[in-house]
Amino acid sequence: MSYNILLCGVGGQGTVLASKLLAAAAEKMGETVHSAETIGMAQRGGPVTSHVRIGKDAYSPLIPKKSADLIIAFEPSEAVRNLDYLKDGGAVITNEVCLKPVTESLNPTGYDGKEMVEYLKKTVANLVVLNADKLCEDLGSSKFFNVAVLGVAKGADFLPFTEEALIETIETSVKAGFVEVNKKAFLHGVEEGRK
Amino acid sequence: MKKEYVMGNQAIALGAIAAGVNVACGYPGTPSSEIVDTIAKRNVNKAIHVEWSINEKAAMEVAAGASYAGARCLVTMKMMGLNVASDALMSLAYVGVEGGLVVVSADDPGPISSQTEQDTRLFAKYCRIPVFDPSSVEEAYEMIQDAFEYSEKYKTPVLFRPTTRIDHAYGSITYDENACPKEIPGFVKNSKRFVIFPRLSRMNHEMIEKRNPEIGDDFSDYRFNVYQGKEGNKKAVLAGGAGYAYVKEYLQDRTDVSLIKVGTPHPFPERFLLNALKDVEEVLVVEELFPYLEEELLMLAGKKQLKIKVLGKHTGNSPLAGENTAEQVAADVAAFLGEASNETEGIESSDASGRPNPPMRPPVLCAGCPHRASFYAVKQAMKGRKANFSGDIGCYTLGNAMPLDMVDTCLCMGAGITMAQGLHWTDKETVNFAFVGDSTFFASGMTGIANAVYNEADMILCVLDNSTTAMTGHQPHPGTGMNMMGDVVNKISIEKILKGMGIEKVLNVNPLNLEEAKSAISECADAPGVKAIIFKSPCVALFKPTEKCVITDSCIGCKKCIREIGCPAISADGKTVKIDASMCTGCSLCAQICPTGAIKKEVR
Ligand SMILES: Cc1ncc(C[n+]2csc(CCOP(=O)(O)OP(=O)(O)O)c2C)c(N)n1
Ligand code: SF4
Ligand code: SF4
Repeated sequence: MSYNILLCGVGGQGTVLASKLLAAAAEKMGETVHSAETIGMAQRGGPVTSHVRIGKDAYSPLIPKKSADLIIAFEPSEAVRNLDYLKDGGAVITNEVCLKPVTESLNPTGYDGKEMVEYLKKTVANLVVLNADKLCEDLGSSKFFNVAVLGVAKGADFLPFTEEALIETIETSVKAGFVEVNKKAFLHGVEEGRK
Repeated sequence: MKKEYVMGNQAIALGAIAAGVNVACGYPGTPSSEIVDTIAKRNVNKAIHVEWSINEKAAMEVAAGASYAGARCLVTMKMMGLNVASDALMSLAYVGVEGGLVVVSADDPGPISSQTEQDTRLFAKYCRIPVFDPSSVEEAYEMIQDAFEYSEKYKTPVLFRPTTRIDHAYGSITYDENACPKEIPGFVKNSKRFVIFPRLSRMNHEMIEKRNPEIGDDFSDYRFNVYQGKEGNKKAVLAGGAGYAYVKEYLQDRTDVSLIKVGTPHPFPERFLLNALKDVEEVLVVEELFPYLEEELLMLAGKKQLKIKVLGKHTGNSPLAGENTAEQVAADVAAFLGEASNETEGIESSDASGRPNPPMRPPVLCAGCPHRASFYAVKQAMKGRKANFSGDIGCYTLGNAMPLDMVDTCLCMGAGITMAQGLHWTDKETVNFAFVGDSTFFASGMTGIANAVYNEADMILCVLDNSTTAMTGHQPHPGTGMNMMGDVVNKISIEKILKGMGIEKVLNVNPLNLEEAKSAISECADAPGVKAIIFKSPCVALFKPTEKCVITDSCIGCKKCIREIGCPAISADGKTVKIDASMCTGCSLCAQICPTGAIKKEVR
């Protein structure tokens, strides 16, 4: 198998945990997996990406442009920023809730995310737009979006892993005490994704 | 044995542990910092001596001493740290080592988080010592163990240089969880060997120059110098490090063109290359940073009068600066082979037209960062006076951004203090400030301060003491009272150091108290000689805030808080100003400047 997943968002949104879960699930399925994080500065608020590469033929630490099978974006402008990585016919799952740059009040750009979502709708055929706040309403906090979105990806049949592999991974990789809520988030995502 | 999915730096750490490392030391620096952190975390029974040394030179010397006693030693740093450690390393290269000594110097093509794009491979050549260059996480784990073996075999320090894309990539390795440190033979005195004198250097220089071709020959059979391709190929690609990974991604297992990987750039494995290049007429060299392999190959071609065309940075066939990417390399290799590469086709033209520009997200000081308050206080206190602000390296370099705009210079660690003196000697009317972080103070600030006192410069030293090395991931340092063996130790007092150097005016200030800070600065601005202000308040990553600030009805929407301090927790929607409660730490800087007192502190 060869499958590339790019996760992107803004520092502090939990992309790293999501990429670790994907990598661990791939290993559970007996696949060779590599990943790379673009780690910004200590401060929050900069763009972050995780490149997850499944398969024996993946050598480059980062996914080559036009080779991502799936982009999971935690913020709509970050999906657009990384769109060059998407393979023709690849899928994009994006959160539509925007995060303004932390410098917005000082240098207003008027950014509100809508233009990004519109553009994605126009150009990406295989697109799932989510609202993280709504998706996570029953989970108590939008910070579970990182696991819920993996559920959506599974439910929508974008992930080459079994549901069991992903759930087992959550059980073994997430801090004790957070396992149940993350499992709930994942399963809730699966349901959403199936729609 | 245990299989684990780890980061490149963790793989290097686990490799060193598997090699029986006895002493691991270094100074933090992206992308190298996780190596020492990992060894400290996995230091069973504290059997390994692990330390963050005060700087890279100290780390190198601690390791040299331990190595003379036969211990296996690992020293880690980012490549600029090698500049600092080079005095020790250069001499050590002449003296040699007893226990294996491996210096990890992580290069940062891009640069992504560094001041320079220097190349450790060149440093190895300059020091006349071997260097290893891993091309993957898995290889890094194996190679670091080999590095110890070669170091001991040839009794020389060796360099090991991963790059950011290896350090911060993840892969699976299988390692022995029960590995333990080697038995240390103990120091056997031998002043003829361990005391460097011109005569010894002369003798050893000759020995080293004779030895290096032997190591090159040894490396010619090294397991990570390999090539693929069939006999008689006319074209070859030569690559190393991450560059190899990108070429391999494009060529995969093709045999119609040779792909040659060099894992040991110095001494150059000549016999290996001559063999790999037997029928080759044209070579494309793919590497980041300096055209190192390219020049070595040109030299070899000249020496052996090979009829071979060498393409690379010198011929405009690959980029001169910045990081390689899989697409760029694919395009370069495709052009070299006269093929159309689907990787590059259409990327430029892909429907990017009409694509909206994602907003820029520049890094800023965190909400509640004490550095913001310190800079703001100095700025306010110096309003209307001529002043220079020499900055330095750390989170506080971001004080240069608008609206603070409080960093006029930044060069290398510790330089702000000494550069302020240089500026002072050209213009005595201007008040000169030097800002230095606490970790930088210990690493390379103290000598510059002694210099100022001794040479009677007028300057104001501002130590931004946030009790951590924040920029590189919050490592402890001598002022924090903790070390990497997990011990609680005496905190070294910055105040006492400054007083001990003879600075009479040393003021301790809480930067989050704006009036107190401003009056301390004004007091110093009018006094002659060296004055020091220690701005002490912890980095917000070190504690959980118990308070927050809120905007009340008396806000008149003047936005002074936004215009003057630029805290990312404050935003405006039209005339309404809001504070993001999840980000605010309750530092109250905004409350102290609000003209109507509209910002109030609350318990979280
Ligand atoms: C010679 C050298 N070694 C290491 C580094 C990496 N580095 C960048 S900033 C920094 C220290 C920052 O700590 P501090 O001075 O306490 O400032 P803070 O980030 O906490 O504000 C280090 C070690 C470097 N730039 N140069
Ligand atoms: S108190 Fe004001 S300046 Fe401080 S973190 Fe909160 S919003 Fe920012
Ligand atoms: S990590 Fe600490 S020192 Fe760095 S910007 Fe944030 S609060 Fe300031």
